[in-house]
Parts: sequence; C-alpha cells; structure tokens
Amino acid sequence: MSAQARAQAKRRRVGGRIALYVLVLVFTAQAAIPFAWSLITSFKANPDLYTRDNNPFLYNDPPTLEHVNLLFGQTAFGTFVTNTLVVALCVVAITLLVAVPAAYSLGRLTLRRGGAVAIAIFFVYLIPPSLLFISLSPVVANLGLQDSRWSLVVVYPTITIPVSAWLLTGFFKSIPKDIEEQAMIDGCSRMGAFFRMVLPVAFPGLIAVVVFASTLSASEFIYALAFVSQTSQKTVSVGVPTELVRGDVFFWQALQAATLIVAIPIALVFNVFLKRFIAGFTMGAVKG
Amino acid sequence: MSSSEAAARRPKRYLMEREGVLAPLLLAPSIIYIFALVAIPFFLAIAYSLSDVTIGDPSFDFVGLENFRQVLEDPVFRRSLRNSVVMTFVTMLLVVVISKILALVLTKDFRGKWVVRFLILLPWTTPVSLAAIAWLWMLDSLFSPIDWTLRRFGLIQGSLNWLGNPDLAVVSVVAVQVWRVVPLAAVIIMAGLVAIPSEIYDAARMDGAGFWRTLFQVTIPLTLPVTAVAVLFGAVVVFADMSVPYVLTRGGPIDATQVLPTWAFFRGIQGGDLAQGAAIALFALPVLAAMAVAILRSVRKMDIG
Repeated sequence: MSAQARAQAKRRRVGGRIALYVLVLVFTAQAAIPFAWSLITSFKANPDLYTRDNNPFLYNDPPTLEHVNLLFGQTAFGTFVTNTLVVALCVVAITLLVAVPAAYSLGRLTLRRGGAVAIAIFFVYLIPPSLLFISLSPVVANLGLQDSRWSLVVVYPTITIPVSAWLLTGFFKSIPKDIEEQAMIDGCSRMGAFFRMVLPVAFPGLIAVVVFASTLSASEFIYALAFVSQTSQKTVSVGVPTELVRGDVFFWQALQAATLIVAIPIALVFNVFLKRFIAGFTMGAVKG
Repeated sequence: MSSSEAAARRPKRYLMEREGVLAPLLLAPSIIYIFALVAIPFFLAIAYSLSDVTIGDPSFDFVGLENFRQVLEDPVFRRSLRNSVVMTFVTMLLVVVISKILALVLTKDFRGKWVVRFLILLPWTTPVSLAAIAWLWMLDSLFSPIDWTLRRFGLIQGSLNWLGNPDLAVVSVVAVQVWRVVPLAAVIIMAGLVAIPSEIYDAARMDGAGFWRTLFQVTIPLTLPVTAVAVLFGAVVVFADMSVPYVLTRGGPIDATQVLPTWAFFRGIQGGDLAQGAAIALFALPVLAAMAVAILRSVRKMDIG
C-alpha cells in the first residue's frame, strides 16, 4: 500500500469516527431532551416557569424542592407507586406459575398438536387490550373487581402469559433432552431434574419474563384507565396523568418529577438486564 | 452393555407414557386462563357489537349489523379509522429508516456507550402515558421550549400551538410514536445484526466492497426478516395504542387525532354505549390479523436464514 493510499484510508477512518459520534450525539439528544426538560422543570419556581420570555433551560430564579415535596406530601403519588409495585409483584408471580409449566410442556414434552398450540398462543399475544377492554369491563364487574387494583392483577397475565410462554418455550427447546434424562436416570425426579438441569439454562429467559411482566404492569394504560377510577387504587401510568391536575390546572413540576421518578428506575433495570433481555427475545423468536 | 441399554430405555418409555398426561396437565392453567379472560371476552365483544347493550341497560337484545351500519355512517368513526391506518403507516415508515441507522450505530464501539444506551432506550422503557406527559409539557401552547427556541431565532412569532392546530397535532402524535418505537425496533434489529457471521463481512471486504456496498448488499438484505419482525411488532404497538393521543389531545382538536382505540373508549366506556364501542374496536381486527400473519411469516423466514 502506498503512503498516499494509507493516508486516504486513515482519513476515511477518521471521517467515519466523526460521523459515528455525530450520529450518537443526535440520537442521544432526541431521546433525552424531553426528559432533560422534565428534569429542569421539576425544580423550577412558579414565577420562573410561568414567565414566557425566561430561558426555559436555565434557572432564572433559584431552583426549589417545593414541588417535589408537594408530590410526595400532598398527592396520592406514593399510593400509585405502592399499587404499581403490588400489581407488578402479583403479575410476575402469576405469570411465572402459569407460563413456566406451559413452556416446559410445549418445549420439552411431546404434545399432540403442540405446534398449533404454540401458534395459537402467539396470536393471543397480538390481540391487543384496545380490542378487549370494552367486553372485559362487565366481566371485571361480575368478578366484583371493579374499581380495584386487583382487577389489573387478574387481567394483566392475559398479556404476559402468552409472551412468556412463547419466549420460554424457545429456551426449553434449546436444552438437549439427554441432560434431563441422564439426571433422571441418576435418580432425580422429573421435578428435581427440571430445577437442577433445565431451569438454570433458561435463567436469561426467566429474567426477561420478570422484566417484561413488571414493566408491563407499570406501563399498561387502557385497562388501567377503563377499570380503575378510584384514586386509591390507581397505578402510576393512569394515576399520574389523571390525578395531578386540578380542573384545567396541571401541576407541571410535580408531574414532570413523577415521570422521572418512575422512568429512571425502570430504564436502569432494563439496561442492567438488556443483554439477557435481548437474548431472551431472540431465543424465543428463533427457536420458538 | 445390553443390560445398561435396557435400563436406559425403561425410564425413557415410562417417561413417554406419562408425558401424555403431564404435557396437557402443565398446559392446562395457561389454556384456562386465556380461555376465560381472552377468548370469552373476545366472543363477548362480537356478541356486544350485534346487540344494544349499554352500561345503563345491560339487557341483551340482538340487533344484527345495526351497530356497524351506524358506526360506518358516523364521520368521526371514519376519521378515526383513517387516522389509525395512516398514522400507523407513516410512523412505521419513519421508524424503519431511523431504527436501522440507530441499530447500526449501536453495534459500533464508542465512548460512554452505557450512558448513551441508557438515554436512547428511555423513550421506550418509560411508561407510555408518562412519556406522553413529558411531551404534553414540551408541546404546551404557552410554555413550549420548542416554541421559545424558534422565537429566539426569530423563526416564529407567538407560539405554534402544537396540540391546538389540527395538522400540527397529527404531526405531534406521529412524532411521539416514532420517538418511542424507534428504540424497540432498533434493539430487535440489533439482535439480527449481531447474528450475521463476521466471515460474511470478511468475504465482502476481500471482494473489495466498501461501506455502502456492504450496507446495501450484505447488511440490509440479511437483516430484512428481522426488520420485518421489528416493524410489524411496532405497527401492532402503535395501531393498538390509545395513551399517546389520549394524553396529548384526547383525540382532538375536532377529532384530528382520533384513532380507533380512543374513539372506542369515548363511545364504549365514557359514553356507556358498550355495543357501539365493541363494534368500533372490532374494526381493528382484520388489520391486526393481517399483521399477525405477516409477522409469523417473517419469523419463519428468519428461522431458515
């Protein structure tokens, strides 16, 4: 390679790096700016926030904790968070209890029409809440769960079970049958072989299920809006947008603080488990 | 030798015999759960759409296709149906281009990747209704920082009133949907990119293919199935979503951003007309079914590739 060609290749490489960093910057900015605006807003004093000519990105008056205190002290935000955690915990438990056996059955046992069942489960996942919420609302009322967070505990697994069963089936399929059979020959019961040999391999899948089921419980909007109208029973996704408003007056600082307080922990969990989460979904998709 | 083989076969056969019982037994809870809370409500929705059930008068009278006739004559419904289809289509068109670029960027090495990834995923990991609240404030008619910036550069006078102007409201809803679906699509496409064997790239380089040729002749064709999966999943998410239009505009102004789920909610739950609400919601079914079949086909293709 001549010196000239080498210099040209280097220039191209440097150009590539610059293009990459510009793209990274643009993507990060478009994703983060609304949240940055929320963060700045959360600590703004009213006169500063509501003066149109003030630079919105700076603190023209000193920042204040007044509205964050209002959020925790005088609104039902704490209740929404508690409700969300209770719902998420129950939904995760129900999902694991129901979906793990189903996935084991579909992925590891010989089942007549197993393929058809797997496809049916996949289609159930694609029936969205917006199609069912109207006819589910009298069903929820008949179960005596109207206006209660428990209605969400009952209903959310209809979304999480199909996804989780589909995803875990892929994991269970990827484990050679010999491992389990060998364990059983060595004196393990089927249960023992399952817990000792199969479940550890499917661990990334279980993580994906837990992350998916708990974030869905925090994010789902349609069912939560249609079934729960009592303040004390609402979860964050509906409580924050509907309750932190007095008449037409939005509590903007408190609203933005609430958004960040919910968004950041969820994003952290996702990022910590991202690799396993992607592994979970691609395994499920490819092997499922 | 032969005795150990027999020993190995016996538990195996014992196992197979029990599998006939065990397999359906383990599957049963899922089937029952989904039957009770998906299949029954689904058929109930169809039954409602053929009846005159309201929240105030839950007695069931069969009215045939009357609801569908009324719904189809309603200009608001037609607007909602058109909005749902057009907005989903435009959203996904933008998502496919942007997420492909983002996925390519995220597979490269650069400094601060963890922070960048955290921030880029925020729009998707944040509960939609809360992300929409952040945008409601970004697009405020008086205090929008976007308007402030534009004013500062002398590009506009006063404010654009993003959510009060029918055209800008549509732009806003589409923009927020694109913003939140791009990270999801990018993550799915990334999984496909990572799966391409590096030998293929080596071979392409050996043959003298540059960046653009590699992109268009190797990367894009090989990630086509996974891109299709990402786009279709995104389309289902957007098509079925009501939280973004509900929080931002309540379907307004003058139904400019009304979509099937919001209109079904306003008629069925807030208006109490369960029958019409169910009929409106059911119009989404053929579209969703088509998308589901398409996803399944792409997933199959991905298996072979």
